[in-house]
Order: sequence, then C-alpha cells, then structure tokens
Amino acid sequence: MSSYVLRRLISIVALAFGISVISFLIIRLIPGDPVIALLGTNAGNKELIERLREQLGLNLPMQVQYITWITNVFRGDFGYSYGNQQAVSSLLAANFPATIQLTIAALSLSLTIGMILGVVAAIKRNRALDTATMSLALTFMSIPSFWLGLLLILMFAVTLPWFDVVGGTSLKGLVLPAVTLALGTIGFNARFVRSSIIAAQVQKHVITARAKGITRVQVFMRHILRNALLPILTIVGLQVGQLLSGTVIVETVFSRPGIGRLLVQAILAKDYLTVQAVVLIIAIIYAMTNFIVDLLYPVFDPRVANR
Amino acid sequence: MQIETNLDNSATPAIGEVYADTVTPKLSKKQVILRALRHRSLSAGLFICTVLALLVICAPLLTSMDPNAQDPMITFEPPSFKHPMGADAFGRDLFSRVLYGGQVTMLASLCVVVIGAIVGTTVGLIAGYFGGAVGFVIMRLVDLLLAFPGILLALTVAAILGPGLSNGVIAIAAILVPVYARLVEGATSEVRNLPYVDAAVTLGSGPWRIIFRHILPNVMSSVIVLTTTWLGIAALWITALGFIGLGVQPPTPEWGAILNDGQNYITLAWWITVFPGVFLSLFVIGVNLIGDGLRDELDPTLARS
Repeated sequence: MSSYVLRRLISIVALAFGISVISFLIIRLIPGDPVIALLGTNAGNKELIERLREQLGLNLPMQVQYITWITNVFRGDFGYSYGNQQAVSSLLAANFPATIQLTIAALSLSLTIGMILGVVAAIKRNRALDTATMSLALTFMSIPSFWLGLLLILMFAVTLPWFDVVGGTSLKGLVLPAVTLALGTIGFNARFVRSSIIAAQVQKHVITARAKGITRVQVFMRHILRNALLPILTIVGLQVGQLLSGTVIVETVFSRPGIGRLLVQAILAKDYLTVQAVVLIIAIIYAMTNFIVDLLYPVFDPRVANR
Repeated sequence: MQIETNLDNSATPAIGEVYADTVTPKLSKKQVILRALRHRSLSAGLFICTVLALLVICAPLLTSMDPNAQDPMITFEPPSFKHPMGADAFGRDLFSRVLYGGQVTMLASLCVVVIGAIVGTTVGLIAGYFGGAVGFVIMRLVDLLLAFPGILLALTVAAILGPGLSNGVIAIAAILVPVYARLVEGATSEVRNLPYVDAAVTLGSGPWRIIFRHILPNVMSSVIVLTTTWLGIAALWITALGFIGLGVQPPTPEWGAILNDGQNYITLAWWITVFPGVFLSLFVIGVNLIGDGLRDELDPTLARS
C-alpha cells in the first residue's frame, strides 16, 4: 500500500515539474521579441521594456530564468498583465470561483444523468429503449458545445425567459452554461456506464449469485453495479480536465466571467503572462485530480495496490 | 536478400498467415466490405458523410452565388426560395457560405488527423520497436503532453503560432501526436516479441523494413479506429478555434467562423446560427457512427459490447 502511494507521489512530482517547464517555455517560444509582445500597446515605453526585460531575465541562462520564475510562482506572483493593468494573480483570483462553480455543476450533471441513461440502456439491452438512449448519447457527444450554447440562448433569450442567459453568476444563470458544458460528457458517460455494466454482467460471481437464488434486482445492485461503477472513478479524473478546459468555449458563448474566458481574451490580446498562468493552473489541477483518483482507487479496489 | 524475398512470396505461407487460417476462415475483400455494410451505424454514418461530402464538393453546381459576394439589398434576408438559408449581415448568401465553408472545415479536419496519425504513428513505432533509452525518453515526453487537457494545449500552441487556419491545423495535429504515439507504442512493443518478427530479424531484415512491412500492418486497424474517433473531435476543435477567432480569418467561410458571425446577430437572424451548426453536427454524428462501426468490425478488443 505505502509503496503504491510512494510511487504515485514520485510520479506526480515529476509530472508537476514537467508541466511547469512546458508552461515556462510558452513565453520563450513566442516568435520575435517576447518583451515587445508582452507589452503590446506599451511597447514604445523604453523604461517599461527595460524593467520587464530585467524581470524576465531573458539574457540569463535558461535554468536561472526558470528558477526565478518558479520561485515567483510559488509566492503567487505570475507577473503583471499589461493588457489588463492588473497583477495576473488578482485576475486569477477574481475569475476562479465562477469557473469552479460551473465545472462542479457540469460534473454533477454529467455523472448523474450519464449514469441514469447508461443503467437504463444496459437493463434494456438491445431493445428499443437502449437504441434510443445510445443514439441520444452519440448525438450529445457530437453536438459542438458552442452551437448548443447559441441554440439555448436563442431559445431562452427570445421565447422562454426562464433562465438568466448572459453574464450573471447567479444560480439561475448557472443552468444553461452547466447544461452546455456537460452535454458531451453526459453522452460519453452514458455509453461508458452501459458497456461497463454489460462487462460486469458476464462475470462468474454474478452467475453464481443468480444460481444461489438471489433476486435479479439484488444481484444488479450489489454485484453488478458496484463493480461497474468503479471505472467511473478514473473517468471523473479525466473529465475534470476536460470540463475545466471546456469552460474556455462555454464561458465565451455565455459571456460568463471565469478563467476560460480570461484565457481566450488573453490569447486574443497576446497577453502571454496570463495565458501562461491559466495553462499552468488548469494543468496542475488536472494532474492533482488524477493523483487523488489514483489514491482513492485502492480504497475501492484493493487489487490495485498490490500490482 | 534471396531469403528475404522468399519470405514475402505467397507460395510459402508466412507464420501469421498459418495462425490466421486456423482461427478464422479467410474472407475476401468483397465479403469483408459486404459484412461491414450490414453494420447499421457504419452504413448510416457512411451515408451521412457521403451526402455531406457530395453537397460540399458539388457546391459550384448547387449554387451560383459567390460565398463572399456582398449584396446590400439582401442584408439579413430570412430564408427564401432564392436564398434557401437566408443572408448575413453583409448580404452574403448563407447557403453558398455553408457549402463552401464545409469544404474548409471538412478538409481541415481531415488534414489534422492525417498529419497527427502519420507523425504520431511513426513516433510510436520508433519508441515501441527500439525501446531502451530512446523509447523511455519519448514516452515520458508523451506522458507529459497527455497530462495537459487537449483543447488547452491546442489553444496554447495556436496562441504561440498566431491566428490562421494552417496554424490551427498544426496546433490540433500536435495534440494528436502523443495520443497516437501512446497507442502505437503499446501495440508495437507487444508485437515485436512475436515469433514472426524474430524470424524476420533472423532472415536479416533491417529494422525499418521490419517496422514498416511487418509491424505497421499489424497495428493499422487500431490506427484506423483511432483516426475515425478523432476525426469528429478534430472537426469540433477546428470549428471551436474558428468560433473563438483563432482559426480561419474573415472573410473565408468556415462553419466555426460563420457561427461566430451568427453569434452577434442571434436575436436578429437565427438562420446564420442554425444552419451551419446543423451541418457541423450532422458531420460529426456521421463520423462518430462510422467510428463506432469500424471499432466493432476491426478492433474487437475495443468493441462497445
């Protein structure tokens, strides 16, 4: 058990280091002079150019630049966004809560609805309801989220004013963005749950349980579902990253504050220090979620720890 | 050299062929295609994609309108007999923009998966066949790239390269490289220890000949399945870049870029938003149906049920 945790710990530290190096390189890979690119409209200001050049230390060796940068990051200093006239860290702090709220709402939706659809389809396997559910799931996965968002805005802004459509972070304003963000993963989860239930159904202990006279419902709840839902845990880890980066599109469509929209605006404004900070943070959250999932896994499936 | 040609000669059956004969009766190409067409989702997907491809390719025959010609007289004209999908803010015929835009979207998505598949498969073959230090370094790099959510990395690469369709294609193809490399590396390192590879080594085949003649055909079906799966995602991401404003630059029509136009006038002109989205969704649905069907037919280990 402890060697499993230790191995996971070493790999997450190595991964975090790799992620930080890639994020660090973003600024250094911009074609042309990164200082001029970072300053944007302030590029004429000689004093600012000098100050930023010194701050980034672009004439120093790479490893020195990296150490300076990562030390600042640990202190919460991601640099200054010249486009927004604000420290990048305060931009992040202002935009983060809305994105977390949206991601959690979408994750809950995609897990509950995805599971319900998947269980229904698996129970009614190869019947009309199964075909209908799976076709729906495939359609959910295929509809582009930005188009779905636009359709929802069209429907609810014009004809049915049930939800707040654009802007607000109120609960009423959360419904449409969360549905938009979750739809693709709902479809994916429905298919995933269905196939893992079907895989669990043919296992020997399930047949034994039925042979012992345990009712169909009890076998399903205790022997099939429990085994089938375990792989979902891994999926949750992956989907946190997918949903977090999906906010890039959804927040833009709904003009909702958050780090996804912040990233798009930063990219379009060539505000590379903000881009760097957002990429670093999303990737680290993604890695941490998967690390936590890895740690939780042996709790539910002791076989994993002994591998 | 002489011995090597003997191995490829069909008169003496290769080892793999002997095994294949004992496991499943060999089907002719025609039989394989006929069986595949009976697969419901595969044939439905092929039908949808063929119709869309024909519509898009035959655009010059279906409409005489220039997708970029502006006619102030028809600004925001709703769908009519003359303009089946209406017109946009600049008085451009939307029907022709959607058809010509489809050419851009579909071709760009194809380019993404083809580039990603070729580069990623090559990297995976090299890492899997040679293994050792080279393989280790390549695969750790692949792991690292896979640690970033895909669309995030694509956006970052696009941000570094700057806006534009070809940069968008490169950015998304770059995301696919580690995905293919991971799959192909796994399959290759399994296959390379099989007796028929040892036989080829003994007979004096060089590593590149073994990789491309003996190993690649073995991993090809997985690569094809992965490619159809990712073609749909590539289309979604290419249009997402266009929608954000990082992909195709105006006035070139492209489904994502047209949807970006539509967003600004959504309450005024619903048709600019609805029609390109329907085409895009149908395309992705068609591709995903084909992907499901191919997975069932070609790759039983990945089959859904």
